[in-house]
Amino acid sequence: MIEALRSAMDVKLADDPSVIVFGEDVGYFGGVFRCTAGLQASHGEERVFDTPINESAIVGMAVGMAAQGMRPCVEIQFADYVFPAYDQITQEAARLRHRSNGQFTCPLVVRMPTGGGIFGGQTHSQSPEALFTHVAGLKVVIPSTPHDAKGLLIAAIEDPDPVIFLEPKRIYNGPFRGDHSGKSTPWSAHPAGEVPEGHYVIPLGQAEVRRGGADVTVLAYGTMVHVAEAAVAEAGVDAEIIDLRSLLPLDLDTIRTSVQKTGRCVVVHEATRTGGFGGELIAEVQEACFWHLRAPLIRVAGWDAPYPHAQEWDYFPSPARIARALCKVMED
Amino acid sequence: MTAKLAFPHPPARPDQPPDFSNIVVPPAGSLPVPPLDLEARDARALAVGLVRVLDDAGRAVGPWADGIADLTGDDLRLGLRDMLRMRAVDRRMLNAQRQGKTSFYLQCTGEEAIGCGFQRQLEQGDMNFPTYRQQTLLIAADYPLEALMGQLYSNEMDPLQGRQLPIMHSARDYGFFSISGNLGTQYVQAVGWAMACALRGNGKIAAGWIGDGATASGDFHSALLSASVYLPPVVLNVVNNQWAISTYTGVAVGKSETYAARALGYGIPALRVDGNDYLAVVAVSRWAVARARLGHGPVLIEWFTYRAAAHSTSDDPTAYRPKDEALAWPLGDPVQRLKAHLIARGEWSEARHVQAEAEILDEVIAVQKTVEAHGTFVDPKPISPAEIFRGVYADLPPHLRRQRQEMGY
Ligand SMILES: Cc1ncc(C[n+]2csc(CCOP(=O)(O)OP(=O)(O)O)c2C)c(N)n1
Ligand SMILES: [Mg+2]
Repeated sequence: MIEALRSAMDVKLADDPSVIVFGEDVGYFGGVFRCTAGLQASHGEERVFDTPINESAIVGMAVGMAAQGMRPCVEIQFADYVFPAYDQITQEAARLRHRSNGQFTCPLVVRMPTGGGIFGGQTHSQSPEALFTHVAGLKVVIPSTPHDAKGLLIAAIEDPDPVIFLEPKRIYNGPFRGDHSGKSTPWSAHPAGEVPEGHYVIPLGQAEVRRGGADVTVLAYGTMVHVAEAAVAEAGVDAEIIDLRSLLPLDLDTIRTSVQKTGRCVVVHEATRTGGFGGELIAEVQEACFWHLRAPLIRVAGWDAPYPHAQEWDYFPSPARIARALCKVMED
Repeated sequence: MTAKLAFPHPPARPDQPPDFSNIVVPPAGSLPVPPLDLEARDARALAVGLVRVLDDAGRAVGPWADGIADLTGDDLRLGLRDMLRMRAVDRRMLNAQRQGKTSFYLQCTGEEAIGCGFQRQLEQGDMNFPTYRQQTLLIAADYPLEALMGQLYSNEMDPLQGRQLPIMHSARDYGFFSISGNLGTQYVQAVGWAMACALRGNGKIAAGWIGDGATASGDFHSALLSASVYLPPVVLNVVNNQWAISTYTGVAVGKSETYAARALGYGIPALRVDGNDYLAVVAVSRWAVARARLGHGPVLIEWFTYRAAAHSTSDDPTAYRPKDEALAWPLGDPVQRLKAHLIARGEWSEARHVQAEAEILDEVIAVQKTVEAHGTFVDPKPISPAEIFRGVYADLPPHLRRQRQEMGY
């Protein structure tokens, strides 16, 4: 997925002189996860550069540039470190178009590694997507495969509005199915690991059915798409797995079609449960599909506690926990 | 002429020989000891200069040396032992991480003098707000190695019960505030703690710690501003080790002459000090702690040093800086310099040094074995998963009780 993201930025840096990439350790070194490796060498330091450790400055500079018509694609080293920039993102970038009645706009992308599963403890593991989906004016994207990552990032960079681009770091190097040994296979062995060269776009707001099924709909995104696949195999139910890809805008049509068919729905995310995006999904499904439902809607989410270090696998939603939820909705 | 952006660059990259010719090293002993009520406007020479006590021959010279003339051979040997113990712990724990016995580690190699020398000037009840690279403060506070290593192994000997990433210690009784991974946040908290000391009149002080890279954070400036307004008893330390992961220190300092000089704009006096010179560290720390305790207000100290090791076990510095840059560092190695000084004073010898290193290593290995018997990452004896829910709040609210039950406890 790292190469796919890098390729997306490479393509956009090459085809649009207004695209610019910066962040902490992003320039010479190419990012602590290597997503921008080589980009400074090929596009020059004025296009790809290192910044001081000040997330508010990173996004604030990006807002200023974007307002003049550039297209910054900035990196926050970990989603856990975005909070100094929360003001710039939620109060400035998100509203610039609206409050200036279109005089100024803010076409920027804020990339950040998200989620757990790497024994990173409470400051390298959080999933803050709901803190952004709650804000009018932002789009929120989270890919689950290299193929999608590239197409979505290109779409995000080309989007006329600010996009929060969450990269599930646990699956940077390969799909992860929740194995507590921490093992994952490389992307090269996965069909969606294949990434076309050059320019292509996956439009924001289109979900993807990862597995067709008749009995229950699973709504997931990011790493949890792969964990849900393992859970479905474990539970032996005929589940339809929908990878949302973009939380905002949300592809309600795909969700509605599926749940109206299955009549059951389990929502899975790593983020803490209370106030999480799962609550929003359940509300939408309830409004759109109430008369088709055959069982209560269930959430499987991170516990409402700080992300632990040693107890990581007790915290991270496991295939077993998701499988239990699947079996439970099938009882009704 | 049109505007063009500047992009600071380090003097050398991996394919080049190390180059520190840009660093001016003034002779030891050339700067004065200012009065404790020093004002920012009189601190310029100290803020852009470099306080050094040990000269190239290992002698302690100048007015700062006079200020610590009371230090005995025992005091200095204790400092040397602190640094040797730190180095032994760092080496052993790095290897333990490589063997998969813990998930993460981070060394302070080359920076040992700073925390070791500073901590020995504090009193019981003073509070450090450290970063992840100040394990020296724990070593010199005589924090039990069992607890220190227990935290690194996240096992049942961990005072934090596995909640925090290795190296993110917390030890209230040893003057060591709980470390956050989010850079900068705690610098201003140190100011708040110091304000509470003054408001409560308890005679204690606080010390903030921050890396050169993290001085870029907004909270660094919040700390300086708040300290400048309320004049609390706080010592604000900046550890300038030249690197912030792969980012050259020039990206954080910009056009400011030094980090110390930055404080002057806030009206806070500041000094830049050779952080690899244990005697300079002790002399300046003692002065700064006395200043804060006697109510003369905040002071900022830039400790000038070099991060000799990788940023962490997740980092490979050969990708962004010359391989042997540490060896070329003009201020040398803190352990070697204190050792040379003790030998020059006739208080130490090569043979005693070798013996001390061996004793300390034995002690560290013995503790490590004991701690590892309580579980490692390879062979975990897990802490109960229900621990996740304890301490989120003072009392367990109903929704967490339900979640704990759902987990099976
Ligand atoms: C707010 C925030 N942004 C980014 C990071 C990621 N990060 C961890 S350490 C580090 C470099 C810090 O460098 P410096 O302050 O010089 O301290 P040093 O590691 O050199 O001791 C970065 C960028 C973080 N922990 N917190
Ligand atoms: Mg540094």
